[in-house]
Amino acid sequence: MKIGVLALQGDVAEHIASLGDCGVSASGVRSRQEIESVDALVIPGGESTTIAKLAKAFGVFDLIKSRIASGMPTYGSCAGMILIADQILDGGVDQESFGGLGAQVRRNAFGRQVDSFETDLTFAGIGGAPFRAVFIRAPWVESVGAGVEVLASFNGHPVAIRQGHLLATSFHPELTGDNRIHRFFVDQLCKESSKAGI
Amino acid sequence: MTKESSAQTGTSRVKRGMAEMLKGGVIMDVVNVEQARIAEDAGAVAVMALERVPADIRAQGGVARMSDPGMITEIQKSVSIPVMAKARIGHFVEAQILQSLGVDYIDESEVLTPADFTHHIDKWNFTIPFVCGATNLGEALRRINEGAAMIRSKGEAGTGDVSNATTHMRAISDEIRRLSSMREDELYVAAKELQAPYDLVKEVATTGKLPVVLFTAGGIATPADAAMMMQLGADGVFVGSGIFKSGDPARRAAAIVKSVTFFDDAKVLAEQSKGLGEAMVGINVADIPAPHRLAERGW
Repeated sequence: MKIGVLALQGDVAEHIASLGDCGVSASGVRSRQEIESVDALVIPGGESTTIAKLAKAFGVFDLIKSRIASGMPTYGSCAGMILIADQILDGGVDQESFGGLGAQVRRNAFGRQVDSFETDLTFAGIGGAPFRAVFIRAPWVESVGAGVEVLASFNGHPVAIRQGHLLATSFHPELTGDNRIHRFFVDQLCKESSKAGI
Repeated sequence: MTKESSAQTGTSRVKRGMAEMLKGGVIMDVVNVEQARIAEDAGAVAVMALERVPADIRAQGGVARMSDPGMITEIQKSVSIPVMAKARIGHFVEAQILQSLGVDYIDESEVLTPADFTHHIDKWNFTIPFVCGATNLGEALRRINEGAAMIRSKGEAGTGDVSNATTHMRAISDEIRRLSSMREDELYVAAKELQAPYDLVKEVATTGKLPVVLFTAGGIATPADAAMMMQLGADGVFVGSGIFKSGDPARRAAAIVKSVTFFDDAKVLAEQSKGLGEAMVGINVADIPAPHRLAERGW
């Protein structure tokens, strides 16, 4: 199982480190060849408009889109959540997403940096203490389609969701040193899909 | 209060984390809505809203201050990416005003005329994160000790001459490597020599890096300049005058963004360097008489 972290822009190194803590040796992927070679993908935090523009400019946008559509396990945090959502609210001009995840995601929904925050969340599917979640100019999930499971909410808004092989969080587990969500991705999404032979 | 609604704002993790999200990106100086839109279209991760780019501040002289809040607000309305703004060194009231506007990051910047020749702003008092300039490791750690959540090497703003940016990036990484190679009992003297707090010095020696994100600024004018800074270890790049003082800003801005992502791929860099038109004319740092060098502001 090879996991790549999309390395066009954002906090790539933190995701690689978190996956490393779960015993997975992940690497940054930018080029078509690199993206084709991985079995699963993490889309990091960063600026979603920048990542989408770079993906287009370097001709990997449609590749990522079609790999997600054909079942590649993918986890998006913050910008990554926006990028794998089917629909973006409050996006930049003509902002497009890779899509796949049947949800409407509102960009910068919690406000500007002055409103960025951290809090304890209950996350369905991971055991132990509440998860310390860091939200930075974070999106929230406005609505979900059929088959989308809400794993965590904050003040009535879903902030972690899963649909089959796709996982998205509004917040940044990679900044906290708590790797339970990365482990959840590896154990529940990646291993399941490799069992199914996708 | 329910457990769910107990959100903590303005923590170190939230402030430093914001800078982590900018990594591998380009932050562009813009002076109006039109430029801000060009920057966003080109793929900037954030814009720095200011009234005059450093090259104009240098050419026009006079006291350079915080920008008109009305202009900053217009830019905030016109783009969806983060908007930063500059306060004068030590001018904590300009910083209070910028925080009230909801800018995403404050740059306590030597490009503006300093307001205090002894003290920098006590940045722990703010919810909004700060980025500060540094020419060496000691200066960077003093700023972090005052609460800076991001550092940018200073370079020499408004010149288009990358040499000082190189010097400062190399100085910071050389000093980090030196600390990493020291015995633990040598770190006390190192802290004294760096004029930096011992705890931060020890942290850098242990981790081999700054505790915050390190960008480069000051004199970057071409895709190759930006890529060189990334190869020297910068997490990202600020481009000030280099874009909107060039012949074809939209094209140059997009080329610099792509070159920061593919900073280690010379084929991409060659492609991105083609046909960009005229770069900003530039001034050699050596031709600027010493009291007019911006990098010497800050202590």
